[in-house]
Amino acid sequence: MRRRAILGYGAAVVGAVALMLFVGWWRVDGPGAPAPVGQLTVALTEMDFRLTDHEGNVVGPEALIGRPTMAFFGFTYCPDVCPTTLSDISGWLDDLGDEADEMNVVFITVDPERDTVETMAEYVGYFHPAIRGWTGPEEQIARVADGFRATYVRVPTESGDYTMNHTASVFLFAASGRFVTMIDYHEPREFAVPKIRRALEEETEGAT
Amino acid sequence: MKKYILTGTLAALLTLGGLSVPALAGPEDVVVENAWSRASIGMNRPGAAYMTIRNTSDEPVTLIGLTTPLAMMPEIHETKTNAEGVSSMSPAGEIVIAPGESIALEPGGLHAMLMRLQEPMTEGDTFPLTLLFDDGGEVTVEVPILGIAARGPED
Repeated sequence: MRRRAILGYGAAVVGAVALMLFVGWWRVDGPGAPAPVGQLTVALTEMDFRLTDHEGNVVGPEALIGRPTMAFFGFTYCPDVCPTTLSDISGWLDDLGDEADEMNVVFITVDPERDTVETMAEYVGYFHPAIRGWTGPEEQIARVADGFRATYVRVPTESGDYTMNHTASVFLFAASGRFVTMIDYHEPREFAVPKIRRALEEETEGAT
Repeated sequence: MKKYILTGTLAALLTLGGLSVPALAGPEDVVVENAWSRASIGMNRPGAAYMTIRNTSDEPVTLIGLTTPLAMMPEIHETKTNAEGVSSMSPAGEIVIAPGESIALEPGGLHAMLMRLQEPMTEGDTFPLTLLFDDGGEVTVEVPILGIAARGPED
């Protein structure tokens, strides 16, 4: 009787340990892992994708090497976050003045189904002229997001349409393609502009 | 008998009083300031409008919905950005504004989401937007439409 009780306890302990290990694996490496946390955006030179810009040119990460880059994700059917980000960026570029001419500024859609080349062309036309709009097949967009460690997901709305949840940060890369830092969504201009200057300065560091 | 009548009168008075004290949330209780919106590209995309709603009464008011001839489905939505920088948007539900307090509908937070536009939102135009409160009160505000790249009511 006593032996059976001990066996029972033993089994319970083993079970509990196994459960803990499983939960640990699930949350750290398994399907429950918080996807990009701790993982940094890779350098542009390590990315591989093919998209089309709003003027119909085939573009990839190599198109961004040689000049510092500011890139971000969004979609043109986005009523709040995306126009705000695009206007914020337009404001930062105005602040930077001539310095901004040295930068690539790329808006990458996460909604290629609705954001065709023509749609992107019309949309970016309303913002700062330096902003380029990139779109392409879904699997290529997925590769871009993977390299950036960005996420996006399609969510149906009550109106029968859908919206996209997506990483709203702005990514900064040096001219060498090295990832420098991120500007959080709606970060105040007094923090954003110095971060962009840092990416611009990395250009000369990268050259030495 | 007298007592009953008195009670009845009192009850009637109280009922009347009860009806009139929490006055319908109307223009005298709710002040809407700095309303603005962005122009739309066509009619397929949802629009967004922003404003500050202040409760100047001494009772809480509860905003339950919106109506406007501009859009079939106007709704208060809230954008949230999580620790990983991912933004998402969902209906905000009812919004209680405490006495003397105000709520801000602003980019990246609460906003009036204008789904199923009936006409394009053209820069320079305005449109009426009616805020509906749970006590049946309504406040209508004329919202100016600014440029697509507008950042605030002054742009």
